[in-house]
Amino acid sequence: MKGWLLALCLMALPVQGEEIVSGVSQSGVSITTNFDGASILVYGAALRDAPAPAWPLMEVIITVEGPSTPLMIRKKDHVAGIWLNRGSVKITSAPSFYAVASTKAVADILLPAEDAKYHITIPQTIDTAAAPSAEQTPYIEALQRIRQASGSFVLAPDSVLLLRQALFRTDIILPANLVEGPYKVRIFLTRGGEVTDMQESQIDVQKAGVERTLYRLAMEQPLIYGMLSLLMAIVAGWGAQELFKRLRI
Amino acid sequence: MQLYLPIAEVSVNAFVLLGLGGVIGFLSGMFGVGGGFLITPLLMMIGVPPGVAVATGANQVVASSISGALAQFKRRAVDLPMGAVLTGGGLVGSTIGGYVFDLMSRLGQTDVFVQLSYVLFLGLIGGMMLVESINSLRRTGKARVKRSHVHSWVHRMPFKMKFRASGLYISVIPPLLVGAAVGFLSAIMGVGGGFVMVPAMIYILGMPTKVVVGTSLFQITFVTGYTTLVHAVTHHTVDMMLALLLIIGGVIGAQIGARVGVRLKAEQLRILLSLLVLAVAVKIGFDLLLTPAELYSVTRVAS
Repeated sequence: MKGWLLALCLMALPVQGEEIVSGVSQSGVSITTNFDGASILVYGAALRDAPAPAWPLMEVIITVEGPSTPLMIRKKDHVAGIWLNRGSVKITSAPSFYAVASTKAVADILLPAEDAKYHITIPQTIDTAAAPSAEQTPYIEALQRIRQASGSFVLAPDSVLLLRQALFRTDIILPANLVEGPYKVRIFLTRGGEVTDMQESQIDVQKAGVERTLYRLAMEQPLIYGMLSLLMAIVAGWGAQELFKRLRI
Repeated sequence: MQLYLPIAEVSVNAFVLLGLGGVIGFLSGMFGVGGGFLITPLLMMIGVPPGVAVATGANQVVASSISGALAQFKRRAVDLPMGAVLTGGGLVGSTIGGYVFDLMSRLGQTDVFVQLSYVLFLGLIGGMMLVESINSLRRTGKARVKRSHVHSWVHRMPFKMKFRASGLYISVIPPLLVGAAVGFLSAIMGVGGGFVMVPAMIYILGMPTKVVVGTSLFQITFVTGYTTLVHAVTHHTVDMMLALLLIIGGVIGAQIGARVGVRLKAEQLRILLSLLVLAVAVKIGFDLLLTPAELYSVTRVAS
């Protein structure tokens, strides 16, 4: 009886006895005129009621996810000597930015079933209406390839620093071509591939200053914005004409 | 110095934009073309989304062409009635072109459609201009009788009107059609249409070279202004920050270009312009023919 209870406690321990306490270096990112990307620090610790079990080791996965939008992926084909867009696949939603940082390669520290449940790896965040067919797979792979090349999808295994199985930290680089909106930060603790705790917080990315004024005007008062654009062009063109006349060059 | 563009939502180097505006303004002032056929592909090359490149390119062309048009106006090189007729046709053509552009984007063929139009029209016009101006350079020196203008189908149509500055008494139908065709191209290619307008004025309408540049700049100013407004209202794709930098570089370049242009012979100008036009056509043509490095492309769609 006693042995059985102890076994139960040991099994339950990792799931209930480990809790994330974490912080993010900033709660918001302002996109100003000279915005050239940002680096955010995600840090934290695992709080425990009892000493950590020796095995399996605790691992950490941290994800940052930007606002999702529907996408169209098109493929060019050689038709009559030129390259035309032929095939296309519609993606119901995919994040505009997604970073996965972890202590080890995600495949080694996360079971596929847990991935499917929490949508942690990049393919899990790309939402197609139905399960992708064999024909659609290359399109989805291309999306990942293109976004990884542009820095919008980031895979960073071994980038989370874990100290004494308790303290962890990582830096996530946000690229310059950011989309406005709430960015979701998730921290997962795993043991033996299973998620033992998860915590979610949010970073608000917003345009600020002139960027914000211009953007809102363009979206909310497009006619006034268009007139202003024209006025600016006319004044600049006419002004230069007058200026050069005065200078008599 | 990196600069974040609020509408394009990309970060680009401010000096690259100033330089780009300057070079295009210079060409614009020298040749009397808006420079849209250069600016739109160049902006796309530095990572600006195509929609923003087309709309903002049009806005920049307004500034560089009004600057050039004013310079020509002072020299009395603008045929105002002719400019007005061409502009009237241009607005109609631009509106129709807008519909065709929307249709093509629904079919997912915008880029190929735009590229094909570039290769076709730039190649055709550039080739024609090159052959013609080389021929006329060869002829100079030899004595020849030059007719003031050619009597063709253009002169047999009704609704005749006097265009004093051009010394023409022709029907308004051909200029209206030329204006409409150029307006149509401007909407689908994101250009002012000067490279089509200038040869059309010379070869179809028979206008004298001295008023061609000024009148084409006059029409371009109005048609691109209209295009800018349409894009701002319907697609929200005009980036004022991007436009401002291009314009600052552009207006200065245009003033210098106009002064250099005066010193060159008309034939020399036309050979240079045709070579430039052909170079752009060849570059885009190669992009269509060569196997692209990445076969797939991703576009955001409205939810």
